[in-house]
Amino acid sequence: MSAFVLLTVMTALRILSRNRLRAGLTMLGIVIGVGAVIAMVSIGQGAREAVQAQVASMGTNVIVIMPGSTTVSGVRGGQGGAVTLTINDAAELKKRSPLLSDTGWARRDVMQIVNGNRNWNGPVNGVSPSYLTIRDWSFMSGGPFTQTDMESAARVALIGQTTLENLFDAGEEAMGATIRIKNVPFQIVGVLAPKGQSAQGTDQDDVIFIPFTTAERKVFGSQFLGSVGALFASTDQSADLPEAVEHIRETLRARHRLTPDQADDFTIRTQVDIGKVQESTSQTLTVMLFAIASVSLLVGGIGIMNILLVSVTERTKEIGVRMAVGAKRIHILTQFLIEAMTLSLFGGMIGVIVGLVGARLTTVIAGWPTMISVEAILTAFLFSLTVGLFFGLYPANKAARLNPIEALRYE
Amino acid sequence: MADENVSMSGLIVCEDLWKIYRIGDVEVQALRGINLTIDRGEFVAVMGTSGSGKSTLMNLLGCLDQPSRGRYQLNGLDVSTAKPDLLADLRNRQIGFVFQNFNLIPRTSALENAQLPLFYRGVSIKEQRRQAAAALQRVGLAGREQHYPAQLSGGQQQRVAIARALVGAPSILFADEPTGNLDTASSREIMDILEHLNREDGITIILVTHEPDIAAYASRELVMKDGQIVQDVRRAPHLSGVT
Repeated sequence: MSAFVLLTVMTALRILSRNRLRAGLTMLGIVIGVGAVIAMVSIGQGAREAVQAQVASMGTNVIVIMPGSTTVSGVRGGQGGAVTLTINDAAELKKRSPLLSDTGWARRDVMQIVNGNRNWNGPVNGVSPSYLTIRDWSFMSGGPFTQTDMESAARVALIGQTTLENLFDAGEEAMGATIRIKNVPFQIVGVLAPKGQSAQGTDQDDVIFIPFTTAERKVFGSQFLGSVGALFASTDQSADLPEAVEHIRETLRARHRLTPDQADDFTIRTQVDIGKVQESTSQTLTVMLFAIASVSLLVGGIGIMNILLVSVTERTKEIGVRMAVGAKRIHILTQFLIEAMTLSLFGGMIGVIVGLVGARLTTVIAGWPTMISVEAILTAFLFSLTVGLFFGLYPANKAARLNPIEALRYE
Repeated sequence: MADENVSMSGLIVCEDLWKIYRIGDVEVQALRGINLTIDRGEFVAVMGTSGSGKSTLMNLLGCLDQPSRGRYQLNGLDVSTAKPDLLADLRNRQIGFVFQNFNLIPRTSALENAQLPLFYRGVSIKEQRRQAAAALQRVGLAGREQHYPAQLSGGQQQRVAIARALVGAPSILFADEPTGNLDTASSREIMDILEHLNREDGITIILVTHEPDIAAYASRELVMKDGQIVQDVRRAPHLSGVT
């Protein structure tokens, strides 16, 4: 049987190479289908990786609590408009919920930052030291400010990469340098390691961190001392997140004296929620491309079936001869199936190349991240083989069921 | 037509063989009760006008078709009700065919054409090639193994077909108008090869023809008419095509 299969494959290759144009056109559907699958999976995978990296850059198991909107005389202030969250809320949360490993807070504003003759308009964040651990910031040089800095409202700052590049010349030492924020001098005590884009697409490295107390008292100014822009909390286990969120909600509702018919005056979001939004976007894309790929493979399969039916008719006499010298039905069936699978496999191989090139071009031209997946390539191969097998079955069976006498007489 | 020499050792034994086709509502009786025994080593010519049933008989005896009624024993095995795969196996091992229009597979070398029966027998590729080359040599085509049918003359193509029929060492060779498409010289070459195979190698040959000078090579002549054998004569060894 192995000699039979080997020779049949060789025969199939010869027959296909004789009709290159025909074989090429027949394979086109499979090529496009497999190419689409490979490109799609590469783009989808790349997008997912990127989202995961962005979500991870938030820190691990992070919960963000934003103040809700205010309504003044029917005019709603938008998210974060209210100043309902305070440092005391953070302390209370930590006390009440044992699930929370840490809580922190931050308040941000966009300010003019000056270093000598250079200046830059960027976000300045007044944060608690715990914020830096929750958000998982690491340092290229220096380190975080301390609780003492916080208590004494020290004029120290941590600087992100983007801000650094805009305020300092290349090679200029930032550590220890003094910059001015709203005319208040700050000494840089830490240079942050880059994090890249956030899941929302903002540059997380365009940032300055200063102690919350310093920000409140010396830079931002504040109507209500202790009111924060957002609270941050983290849990040790990601499985604890949903329960922790419930704890936070209950605690805050109680502290804010909300009656059961009143809506929350804050919004709680976790990393998981943020990741989900992104994931669903890339999933929509994946589903759409899958539909295209399926239709293309279906059309490709029908193309193969069509050309094989033509081939069976053309070679009726040959089939008759083969039967006359002793070919059984299974031999004829196998021969045509192998031809179908050779066609679809070749189509699949070309499709893989087209898909890889397509994915590469997407990265180069559109700048989308792509990731080549070996599984996708194997799946595509298997898929094209299956298409060949499935759509080859009908013509092959038709050939195998020919009556030898009629086949021999066929002109 | 009963055969007087019914012998149980006959290679081919037919008893009351009928073949009835139905074309629409019309029933066509292509064979009407054939009784026939052919022994090993015979050289039989089947003659008759077209429509006499000689091709139908050939198809039945060659295991390409099955009778509507009656019994057909090939080499002691009842094949009248055999399954398609068994028939294929019999054609592969016991029977060789030579057709009027050669029926070689186009754009496939003489060697590969001659290999074909072994290809379906599961013989190793090396052995297939060796035996096919030997068969081509027997019909005088050594050195033409790699030629395509289109590069060979009619006589040479028919010799490739004979090599293909021979390669599996069958007991019977069916030749259906083997010289029908050939000129006189090529016809003689082909018939000489067949005669040699019958005489020297003891292969049973059943030859369908309507040309008396071709039939003259045979040692036994059957004449068919309206689906029946109307004449069955044995005669002295042939006259080498001289009639």
